[in-house]
Amino acid sequence: MTLLVSFLITSNAIAERLVAQLSKEEVAITANFDGSEIFIYGAIKHENSNKTTDPLEVVITVSGPAEKLHVRKKSKHAMIWLNTETIEIDSAPSFYAVASTGALKEVINNTENLKYKISIREVIRSIGNPATIQNPTDFTEGLIRIRSENKLYQDLDNSISLTDETLFATTINLPSNLVEGEYTIRFLLARGGKVIDQLSTTIPVNKVGLERWIFDLSRQQPLIYGLLSLFIAIFAGWLASAVFRNIRI
Amino acid sequence: MQIYLPIAEVSINAFLLLGLGGFVGVLSGMFGVGGGFLMTPLLFFIGIPPAVAVATEANQIVASSFSGFLAHFRRKNVDIKMGFVLLVGGIVGAAIGVQVFALLREIGQVDLLVKLCYVLFLGIIGILMFFESLRAIRRSKNTSLKRPTKKRHNWIHNLPFKAKFRTSGLYISVIPPACIGFIVGILSAIMGVGGGFIMVPAMIYLLGMPTKVVVGTSLFQIIFVTAFATIMHATTNYTVDMALAVLLLIGGVLGAQVGTRIGLKLKAEQLRILLSLIVILVCLKIAGDLVLEPKELFSLDMGIKH
Repeated sequence: MTLLVSFLITSNAIAERLVAQLSKEEVAITANFDGSEIFIYGAIKHENSNKTTDPLEVVITVSGPAEKLHVRKKSKHAMIWLNTETIEIDSAPSFYAVASTGALKEVINNTENLKYKISIREVIRSIGNPATIQNPTDFTEGLIRIRSENKLYQDLDNSISLTDETLFATTINLPSNLVEGEYTIRFLLARGGKVIDQLSTTIPVNKVGLERWIFDLSRQQPLIYGLLSLFIAIFAGWLASAVFRNIRI
Repeated sequence: MQIYLPIAEVSINAFLLLGLGGFVGVLSGMFGVGGGFLMTPLLFFIGIPPAVAVATEANQIVASSFSGFLAHFRRKNVDIKMGFVLLVGGIVGAAIGVQVFALLREIGQVDLLVKLCYVLFLGIIGILMFFESLRAIRRSKNTSLKRPTKKRHNWIHNLPFKAKFRTSGLYISVIPPACIGFIVGILSAIMGVGGGFIMVPAMIYLLGMPTKVVVGTSLFQIIFVTAFATIMHATTNYTVDMALAVLLLIGGVLGAQVGTRIGLKLKAEQLRILLSLIVILVCLKIAGDLVLEPKELFSLDMGIKH
């Protein structure tokens, strides 16, 4: 199935347009889920020949559901390292990958990056930090560092292949520690550092089967869930004891 | 074999979880401790979110302590009456502990509190128990020296509400065991442990209970306090991961059975010296984490209500 995608016409004299498709319609988190990959591909439609010499570039971003969080910093007090400073991040995606045909800094200029919120730093939103925090950007950097180590934030320069300025393809690896929700995939077409076309689509990431059942029960019937957990524990404890009584070691 | 944990939302090797459960289960059966003081830090270490680790660990301790309890119960090594007195204090303590936990979580210091509690309690108990056991071993080797048979008479014996605890061979006030249960209840809610490592020495050294009975009685109390904690966590924080608990408890219940048998073959003094060494080791590790500069100064806290 071709994903129908919305076209955002940036100017009426548009020369190139994007068409894109994903290798799967959803990401299913099963009991043995160990990460997943999405193959993303598409084409650029050339509608009238353009004389500019700058090459075409493609940027693809994949972002998971945004969440509010606290970033805490430790410092040493009386021999002990403890959390002393905290800032609130109003919105940070639980997953974010930026892939591009070249180095992102060269593909998209700074103004466009700010306008379209493309790089990870632009996506993280944090406003109104307490005045006592001297370097709020350190906290954002800390957040990016921790999430990058867990493969939740990925800077994927030079990872999109572009053939004849027409066909493009890339693979995004989703780690195993994914959060459920709608993941947004944005495609941006750029020339000379400027975005000339963009479109976006979503892909749902959902728990299925037993994972789904356990998760739903824990949220909808927490007391029954808790009692069931206890029942399993007591039963397992009794079973092991009963079995071992007959097997003398 | 990787398995995705539905509540923790991470993917972990199933055999690693089974192995951890088994290892901690053996200790649980041997010493009458729930094993939480080892398992909770181990779960943090393999990447389980702390809130899920603490809650799920409570659920797992129910299984391993129930399994161990049954083994001791059959050998009549459980003082049910004493267990109930400890339990009453324990439930009250756990309810208060959960509130303290929630308050500190809000201001971001729960991590520090948990670690300080570990260092303080593990340190004191480990060292006390280690030297006491050494003395006991030296005493039993030196046969010419008479064992002190005189029963200790201290302030504990002058308190009111005395009751007869036949299995333990004690006639003491119910206030000290209820207080021990209460303190253990608070700590178990804060530290994500059953509290056996505090209760066992307290029962031996403060109440003067025979070591043989202490382990089963401690397990008896732990079953109920951790069951209470499991329900509290499941209904308020939604942090009990059933899949994680099942994997841990399969290893745990089997390990507890093996551990109980090993425990019966060892002498009480040897058992105590082993436990004290494990306690001191865990204490040093956690103290090191607090004092040494961490690799990552920043940490994330996603537990904000929207």
